[in-house]
Amino acid sequence: MVVKSRTENLSEIREFINSLVRKIGVAPDVSEDIILAVDEACTNIIKHSYKFFPDGEIIIKMKYSDNKIIITIIDYGEYFHPNSIHKPDLQEYYRHKKVGGLGMYLMKTLMDEVKYSSVPGKYNQVLLTKYVNSGS
Amino acid sequence: MAEFNTSIKDQGDVSIIYLKGFLDAHTAPVLENTFSDLIDKGKYRIVANFKELSYISSAGLGVFMAFIEKIRENNGDIKLSSMNDKVYNIFDLLGFPLLYEIFKTEDEAVKKF
Repeated sequence: MVVKSRTENLSEIREFINSLVRKIGVAPDVSEDIILAVDEACTNIIKHSYKFFPDGEIIIKMKYSDNKIIITIIDYGEYFHPNSIHKPDLQEYYRHKKVGGLGMYLMKTLMDEVKYSSVPGKYNQVLLTKYVNSGS
Repeated sequence: MAEFNTSIKDQGDVSIIYLKGFLDAHTAPVLENTFSDLIDKGKYRIVANFKELSYISSAGLGVFMAFIEKIRENNGDIKLSSMNDKVYNIFDLLGFPLLYEIFKTEDEAVKKF
């Protein structure tokens, strides 16, 4: 799937992931986790990589083998490599009115692996991996 | 495109926001406007009813963080109610139950004011 970097496309992205994981027969609660993680990854790309530039490309691919779903998301925006992912301190957020970073933590929590890699000036790639039991 | 909207009911001096649909980075500004309008009117006692909310991402959760301080500074609060398990799980993962009171029913939330 290739979509433009616009938040209005998030619902289409979720539908796309939903249709793919349904075909595999993933349990509903697991598919919901995957859909949310992809939403968060794409939202981060739109905000931080393309900085709301609406015509950037986001490429989303899914591969399923050996009870493992790997979703690859590629963008051509600015170098974006999140630092360490840790549980947000909400008290700290409360004091500083800081609301970013929640999505990154959710991705890490909902998926089994989250891997970022980038070639600065060329592309960013995130791999989201989830281990599933087919038919479950 | 996913739809999201809010509606408001006043019950005494408490304003109840009904959230409906899909709350993501695209639709979060709708909820921001709802909170801004209430604050402009001096309404700081707010219950958010999640009964008809099907989906929330961190962009939606961020809206609650953005307004809570201002509301509490004015002796108000945002209390949350009627979440389905899926939505509650997202709030829980991020530690929101430490900062917000979450109730099973709207009535319980309203009575806590």
